[in-house]
Amino acid sequence: MKSISKWLSNNLIRIYAFFAFTYLFIPVAYTFVFSFNDSRKTNLIWRGFTLDKWKNPCGAPDVCSALGNSFIIGLTATAISTVLGTLIAYALGRYEFKGRSSTNLLIFLPMATPEIVLGASLLTMFVNVGFNTSMTTAIIAHVMFCISFVVVTVKARVASLDPKLEQAAMDLYANEWQTFRRVTLPLLAPGIAAAALLAFSLSFDDFIITNFTAGTVNTFPRFVYVSAGRGIPAQANVIGSAMFFLALIIVISSQIISARRKVKI
Amino acid sequence: MVAFKTTSAKVFKLKDNKSTLPYLLLLPGLLWLVLFFIVPIFSLGQMSTKVAGADTGEFVQGYRFANYIDAFSASKEQFFRSFLYGILATLIALAIAYPLAYAIAFKSGKWKNVLLVLVVAPFFVSFLLRTIAWKQILGEEGPVVGVLRGLHLISPQTSITSSAFAVVTGLAYNFLPFMTLPLYASLERIDPRTLEAAGDLYANGITTFRKITLPLSMPGVVAGTLLTFIPAAGDYINATILGSPTSKMLGNVIEARFFKIVDYPTAAALSFTLMAAILILVTFYIRRAGTEELV
Repeated sequence: MKSISKWLSNNLIRIYAFFAFTYLFIPVAYTFVFSFNDSRKTNLIWRGFTLDKWKNPCGAPDVCSALGNSFIIGLTATAISTVLGTLIAYALGRYEFKGRSSTNLLIFLPMATPEIVLGASLLTMFVNVGFNTSMTTAIIAHVMFCISFVVVTVKARVASLDPKLEQAAMDLYANEWQTFRRVTLPLLAPGIAAAALLAFSLSFDDFIITNFTAGTVNTFPRFVYVSAGRGIPAQANVIGSAMFFLALIIVISSQIISARRKVKI
Repeated sequence: MVAFKTTSAKVFKLKDNKSTLPYLLLLPGLLWLVLFFIVPIFSLGQMSTKVAGADTGEFVQGYRFANYIDAFSASKEQFFRSFLYGILATLIALAIAYPLAYAIAFKSGKWKNVLLVLVVAPFFVSFLLRTIAWKQILGEEGPVVGVLRGLHLISPQTSITSSAFAVVTGLAYNFLPFMTLPLYASLERIDPRTLEAAGDLYANGITTFRKITLPLSMPGVVAGTLLTFIPAAGDYINATILGSPTSKMLGNVIEARFFKIVDYPTAAALSFTLMAAILILVTFYIRRAGTEELV
């Protein structure tokens, strides 16, 4: 009896963590299981196992066009925000200049502002200047809220870089651009990749800001939200599950690659 | 509030470049933020004092600051609810995430990276799908209500969804990684030898936690609570999907004013009030918690 209570107190935190993970994964498991449901219009009650929805993920009306729009917005916004954010992070990490603290404040504020305020203010501005909301305005908005997250992620990587490597390149007569291109950028690559992945997942999953800035353009979260009223087709579960496994594969393979790299060095 | 402490400056001297290069690097990104964050906030401020014009959807500047009083008194219930739900959800997330982050940082051994991926993994499934999954799991046709009713733990009339409880737990669930990751980052930085030293000096587990671990993890607690509270207080998706008409939050009101009623000035005034209230609360909180390293 005593040994049981001792084991419990030793492992209490592990047991707690196990329950926390269970809690985290219940909705994921539910979404995955119901992607195999032989559902009709709604996907509320289990009607039997089928692979039909996985074979035909575009079977429900509009679901794939919405997904396509999400990819266009997400990839464009990721590309632009990763470039702009990396430049800022490099300047903040490597140069002393006037206006550093106001720059930091400008980076921090969008992250400290609720999404609904960001969306509402952008919509108000677009209305004021007579800009019709469309895919372009959605991309503009997504770049805006992704930049800060890219800066924070890449800046951490810049701070951990040994500046002696860059000084060594300079000593070997590389100019500033060559040093950046050949030494700094490759060393920053894992941080930049992590930032891009973060930016894409933020953009892909965004509903509130998109709802204010995308006009009538349908995105995947919008599709799910609108169909929630009359029942979500199982195809949405298929796409949600597929995105989950895709992201998991990307994250795990990048971890394996970086672990191998460390071994080499 | 966001004073930048260059810890790196102690290790090496930053390039003290008088050239324009750093400004050129900053220019495109900061220009984007000024044009599409700062300018829109000013538009929002301008809109908040406008009055309705001749046509619907047309508004003219009247510098009517009473808009704020009208907007606030019409929806102060939802306003306070947003803050209450936000704070409750943050506390629940902290209670779940702190032991979880602690277990990953100190008890996971070689599984550390795998567990970290597992913390983030659920959030690769669209958050709307997960929120709707909760609605169905806890809903009338779902398994939970049936079991609880069968055990007579809840009465046949009671349901779990469409309640304040569902909204708050939904918020806590949705922003959990924003709490877990900063907590993990600050716990992981603690040198295990400091904990051993405390043990050597006859501190028991609880004392070690209270005097060493908790104070050293405070930056993570502050960052995590802020990253959870801010989006939770501004959210309206959880209230829409999991709530009832009596658990509507300020976000619901703003959204309805924009899209259903087309009353932009009131919506703008409410958004502005929400942002100001959050900024004041956050500044006060950071001062009290005594950490300035946020960005």
